[in-house]
Amino acid sequence: MGNKQTIFTDEQLDAYQDCTFFTRKEILRLHGRYHELAPHLVPMDYTNDPDVKVPLALIVNMPELKENPFRNRIVESFSEDGQGNLSFNDFVDMFSVLSEMAPRELKAIYAFKIYDFNVDNYICKEDLEKTLNKLTKEELTPEEVNLVCEKAIEEADLDGDNKLSFADFENMISRAPDFLSTFHIRI
Amino acid sequence: MPKKSDTTRKLEDVGIEIDGDVDSAEEDKKSKGKGGKKAAGGKRGKASEDGEDEDEDDKPPKGRRAANKKKPAPVDEEDSDDDIPQRRSAGNRRRGNVRERGDGDKKKSGKKGRRGGKKNEKGKGKDSDKDSDKDEKKKKNSSGDESDSDEEDESMSEGEMAKLMEEVEEKKKLIANIRNKPWRMRRRLKVLKEAQQFVDKFEGALGKGKGRKLYAYKVMMMKKWIKFKRDFENFRTACIPWERKIKEVESHFGSSVASYFIFLRWMYGMNLVLFSLTFGLVVIPEVLMGLPYGSIPRKTVPREDQDTAMDYSVLTDFNGYCKYSVLFYGYYNNQRTIGFLKFRLPLSYLMVGIGTFGYSLMVVIRTMAKNADVGGGDGEDNEFTFAWKMFTSWDYLIGNAETADNKYASITTSFKESIVDEQENQKDENIHLRRFLRVLANFLITCTLGGSGYLIYFVVKRSQEFQNMDNLSWYEKNELEIIMSLLGLVGPMLFETIAELEEYHPRIALKWQLGRIFALFLGNLYTFLLALFDEVNAKLEEEESIKNASIWFLKEYYANYTANNPNDTGTPPPINPADAIRGPCWETTVGVEFVKLTISDIQVTYLTILIGDFLRAFIVRFLNYCWCWDLEAGWPSYGEFDISGNVLGLVFNQGMIWMGAFYAPGLVGINVLRLLSSMYYQCWAVMACNVPHERVFKASKSNNFYMGLLLLILFLSLLPVVYTIMSLPPSFDCGPFSGKERMFDVVMETIDLDLPAFMGTLFGYVANPGLVISAVLLMVLAIYYLNSVSEAYKNSNNELKKKMQMARDEEKNRRNNKDSTNQVMKDLEDLLPNRPPTPPSPRENIAEKNQGQGGKSAKVKPGTAGGVHLQKDVSLASANPNARGPVTRAPGPRGPGPLPGQPGAGRGQGPPPRRQ
Repeated sequence: MGNKQTIFTDEQLDAYQDCTFFTRKEILRLHGRYHELAPHLVPMDYTNDPDVKVPLALIVNMPELKENPFRNRIVESFSEDGQGNLSFNDFVDMFSVLSEMAPRELKAIYAFKIYDFNVDNYICKEDLEKTLNKLTKEELTPEEVNLVCEKAIEEADLDGDNKLSFADFENMISRAPDFLSTFHIRI
Repeated sequence: MPKKSDTTRKLEDVGIEIDGDVDSAEEDKKSKGKGGKKAAGGKRGKASEDGEDEDEDDKPPKGRRAANKKKPAPVDEEDSDDDIPQRRSAGNRRRGNVRERGDGDKKKSGKKGRRGGKKNEKGKGKDSDKDSDKDEKKKKNSSGDESDSDEEDESMSEGEMAKLMEEVEEKKKLIANIRNKPWRMRRRLKVLKEAQQFVDKFEGALGKGKGRKLYAYKVMMMKKWIKFKRDFENFRTACIPWERKIKEVESHFGSSVASYFIFLRWMYGMNLVLFSLTFGLVVIPEVLMGLPYGSIPRKTVPREDQDTAMDYSVLTDFNGYCKYSVLFYGYYNNQRTIGFLKFRLPLSYLMVGIGTFGYSLMVVIRTMAKNADVGGGDGEDNEFTFAWKMFTSWDYLIGNAETADNKYASITTSFKESIVDEQENQKDENIHLRRFLRVLANFLITCTLGGSGYLIYFVVKRSQEFQNMDNLSWYEKNELEIIMSLLGLVGPMLFETIAELEEYHPRIALKWQLGRIFALFLGNLYTFLLALFDEVNAKLEEEESIKNASIWFLKEYYANYTANNPNDTGTPPPINPADAIRGPCWETTVGVEFVKLTISDIQVTYLTILIGDFLRAFIVRFLNYCWCWDLEAGWPSYGEFDISGNVLGLVFNQGMIWMGAFYAPGLVGINVLRLLSSMYYQCWAVMACNVPHERVFKASKSNNFYMGLLLLILFLSLLPVVYTIMSLPPSFDCGPFSGKERMFDVVMETIDLDLPAFMGTLFGYVANPGLVISAVLLMVLAIYYLNSVSEAYKNSNNELKKKMQMARDEEKNRRNNKDSTNQVMKDLEDLLPNRPPTPPSPRENIAEKNQGQGGKSAKVKPGTAGGVHLQKDVSLASANPNARGPVTRAPGPRGPGPLPGQPGAGRGQGPPPRRQ
């Protein structure tokens, strides 16, 4: 990236800086990463806002995401079309939310979306089972999975509907000591 | 502003549409109610229209408010794209919209800032201005519409000027906070652009704002600060050794096994400090500045031993050159100062000996206190064990396949641990039988302990008798050792078998097991100490006679010399230090004893691991191919890691070190090596040859039980050492205290000779019994006071915990019961015309809300309109997770706002449409 100004105009960079938790340099680096994902697809010149999207399959192969059991969900949650295709905006958005500087409230919202596998705005037992199986590589017996999911719902469900709404989730996650330290990706 | 409950506020963060709507609607309401009369009439009509349309996304906005509502809608879902052009088409109203939304946003961010204040430094910095802004907002809102319509006018009154300024400020704040909003980037960029344009347009008129620069600077500094903190934290964790090794063990064997290794690491740290104390202040000064080997008798191997002194077998017994080395007490000279630095070695020796205990006591107690602070022991009393594990245990930073595998294993293990705990909680069975079995088990174990205690006592007695007898058989000679090791072998196994009766949770069972084996091993310690004291006493007697003999020998030597060479008046040539008569030096004997014990302990431990674990695993693994039964599944299978045995081994080993360090300064060095090697060796062994426990259980959060055992051992080993320092006379011809009555005389000597005279008198006063007794009394009182205070704290703590639990339960119950208690409401609802079939399980609060709304709309248009709205709302609301949000807000504050003729305004508060 010899000449930085060919990628973004100053205004764009400023705007991105205002809208994310990144510095100018980091945004340029993000663009570099984004470009690397699909060199033939992503132009180097972003000054006129090209409408380019990188498919999910390419994004989940980033080293930052590759080992993450929820990688597909992460990308899907941040993609505007819900299919996992990320425009550069979405891409920046994703890493901005997952950056260290993002506040807990913002992270909680996206965490909720990530763990809501069936996108019904509730984390129901089915979602929990999926989460658990992804976390443990399906090493627990079905009874154990059942027990854990029931316990988790019982603990966090305040309104007794046997699924976690965002309020439940936020209430639970806001007190979790590790949430901020684990729910972030350094890029 | 209406007061909002916590949940509502939270909800606003997600249901961004909601709060955009609500806030702006409220503001609108206000403005209409108070000031905007001129616009009210015209808008009202539009608003009501819009109100009906607003649920359908595809209708173009007609009124300002509709646009206003529309705009937040695209926030989090897909159709934001098609919404944007519409917004653009809103044309000249746009700016107003932006501003109003800005208000809403700003308010929200204000809330955010305030709420996040604790966590978010950013918020903190702004708290104050936000609060003041809030007050101003009311005023501003009231005239928001006016300024909107007039904003083209060049002539601005002062009030307008101020308003504009505030708006600009708000925009700036919006710009500053836009990154905190859960919007799509596209929308963020758009809003940002608008806000910036607004600011740019009006900032010139109103003077430059420095806020942004300052903010940018602040943000930058904060980033730097966070980065620094992160780096520092990384550096600090990088300084903690073996973190990864232990993590690896933990992920496969659970926290209970890891707790042993953490304990081992802690011990290593403590011993490192002891090591640096001893070597830095005693051993190295002696090596550098003390007299060299062979200069005086105590530093020379006696003539009769010199032939064999270098033999391997002698050296491994710590005799020969080993015994007369810097490793042991006897080697040190009693010169008051050594070297050109005038280093007071004897004083330093005593101080280090006492300091070792002082430091250890301090560290153990401090660690215990800190651990007690961290977590209340075993009780898993946080409310979200499983939920937190589920949602926060994966570390998104992991980008390495191996680490990821470990993380999977560790998460699985930790889930299993929690499942064990949970099952234990759920178990309910015959409590009487259980109690009976436990009492029985304890009775059996007490009997075993008593029996073994008596056996030890009996054997020790017998061995003392044997000492005076000749022609003993091999068994009679070694009876004590054999019995002791047999007890050590059989006892723990017996305890384990008996403990199965009790059916404790494995964590608690481990504690019992530890305590019992500890009690058993105390007998071991007791016999060892007893034998040692016998030996010391014998040596002391022997020494008396040798002392006389050596004095007599010296006299004789001089007499002979003068008799043989009567002409020579000079002093006789000094005796070769190797030939001098010397005492038995009981201190060195004790030191050698401890070193030998430690070494043999190391050998036994390592061999046990090698044979018991490695060889067994080896055989099981490779002979399994050609064996008649399945070795891996059946007997002998792989070994489990023996937590209790290892922990106790470590604790007792440390006791040996503490006791022996005074007599053998080199022991501390040996121990450091041992701990270091054992860390690697055992880590390898456990990963290579052991299998996880059948029931992987979580270690109690604090290692305080281990620490308690350690403290006890520390105390037990403190006693004999302090006793020897205070009341046994040191050997007359070896060690730094030779020639003194008591070892601590060296302190007196220093006070007398090196410190000014008044210090001596001062010490005399301090040692006055009256002062000492009152000081002790004071301390006892202080302890009593602090103890009762901590008791009180504990009580109030428990009380608070109970209260919290109660509050939680209450809340749960309230929510759970709503369905039933509000049945009346439901019935009422059913009575409404055109009531659609009730959704499967309508959230009660929704029902309540709808009720309110239904009422409202019913007031306006009794009949179809209300019904239709209601229907829409219900169906939408039930699908909306945030629907509960608006309801938690007391309906009160909403009351005065909507005028009867403005159903739209009322509806604005309802849950907005939301796609699935």
